[in-house]
Amino acid sequence: MNAAAVRIRDLMRTFTLKGVLNGVDLDIAPGEFVALLGRSGSGKSTLLRALAGIDHEAEGTGEIALPPRISVIFQDARLLPWMRVLDNVTLGLPRDVHGRALQALEEVGLGGRERSWPHELSGGEQQRVALARALVREPALLLADEPFGALDALTRIQMHELLRRLSERHKPAVLLVTHDIDEALALADRIVMLDDGRISADLRVAGRGDRTLIALQRKRLLAMLGVGEDPQRREA
Amino acid sequence: MNALSGEILPAPPPLAPAAQRAPLGPGTPRRNGHLLGPGLLLLYWGVLSATGWLDPRTLPAPWTAITTGAHLVHEGRLQVNLAVSGARAASGLLVGGVAGVLLAFLSGLSLLGGYVIDGIVQLKRGIPILAIIPFMILWFGIGEPMKVAVIAVAAFFPIYIQTHSALRAIDLRYVELAETLGLTRWQFLRRIVIPGALPGFLLGLRFGATAAWLALVVVEQLNASSGIGYMVTLARNYAQTDVMLVGLVVYALLGFGTDSAVRWAERRLLTWRRTLGR
Repeated sequence: MNAAAVRIRDLMRTFTLKGVLNGVDLDIAPGEFVALLGRSGSGKSTLLRALAGIDHEAEGTGEIALPPRISVIFQDARLLPWMRVLDNVTLGLPRDVHGRALQALEEVGLGGRERSWPHELSGGEQQRVALARALVREPALLLADEPFGALDALTRIQMHELLRRLSERHKPAVLLVTHDIDEALALADRIVMLDDGRISADLRVAGRGDRTLIALQRKRLLAMLGVGEDPQRREA
Repeated sequence: MNALSGEILPAPPPLAPAAQRAPLGPGTPRRNGHLLGPGLLLLYWGVLSATGWLDPRTLPAPWTAITTGAHLVHEGRLQVNLAVSGARAASGLLVGGVAGVLLAFLSGLSLLGGYVIDGIVQLKRGIPILAIIPFMILWFGIGEPMKVAVIAVAAFFPIYIQTHSALRAIDLRYVELAETLGLTRWQFLRRIVIPGALPGFLLGLRFGATAAWLALVVVEQLNASSGIGYMVTLARNYAQTDVMLVGLVVYALLGFGTDSAVRWAERRLLTWRRTLGR
């Protein structure tokens, strides 16, 4: 594999509000889609916040090497309510990106909504605007902190499809923080498991489209998280 | 199951029409709806005067205010005094408003500024405006600067307090967003802080404008040779209740007009907001 997009060595975070990190090493290749799985309190959000550079409240040590252009998607769409959709997408960018912003809105299926106010959109649409805001910056790394956690199940499936399509087209490295094994299996090339502030497993997702293979990996991941097979989801 | 096996379900019993639930919100606002209260008050006053229940020596009839007002306009006294009063209130409001906004930003955006400024403002807030007038006279004399200063102080507090608390209430999540988007300090200020504090500032401006008119009444009756307050004081000396009434009506209209103007600006500037009262 060529030079990593993301390189993390011995990352420690001792004092944070959202969990500690206990020596994390992680490389992400350019264009690689990595899902970061873990229970709540395992330190997944702490790791993501450290990469996003917004962990001012944290204390710790370690090395982080990141590409220059990073976009972050939060669990809430985090649109500014006093700006129309287009202005939210281009926030902080020079004026000449309007064309690209309109194109990004088109790509997330919100063409023609650029003059809407955020409160006029549904939760899923707001999150799609957030996705357009992230994409228009042409990031080499996309950080997403449970971006679909607040959406209903149907919208979530649509968003999975959209995110997969867009990441295949634009090829950023992606770090997706999630606690949803199915989401990780549906989207990621690689799944990294975080437990107690340490990486406890690192596996490549194999055979997407092969249901038995996916079910097998799902079972393995569940076992790693310390959850037995849940009876409701057992394959027939 | 039934649908799959093709069995026909018995027709459901007819439903009772659903009772329409009364909405809990106040409903759609009407244009100029806020004129209703003042209109009713005027009607009440007019009826009492017309039927003779209200002695004109106690309070002249509303139409007396109009005729006397017309007379004063004809003489030129009303507009001259009104211009003087308006200029005083406007310059006081401007000075107090600019100071209020600047200090609110200083104390809202920097920790040190907050420690220094906010404490002092909160202390001084407890002192009534009337109590500082003797000092104002001592410092600024009895001329125009003193009047403008008193009005500015009165207008300063609500504008400072509302702007400051709106600044402090800006969601930390937006600050995080600004950091991840790589906004410069200036972009952060312009795109997030100022729009976020604008509703608070406009609310403060409404209170501040009212406070400015109130302070104007006080200073113009203290020592003045022009202005609406002077006109009223003079009329009091000659027991001209109708002129005094014109003064009151003018004050009321000015206060109401300013408040409506700020509310109009609020609606124009805050179209993005969806609130109960609108």
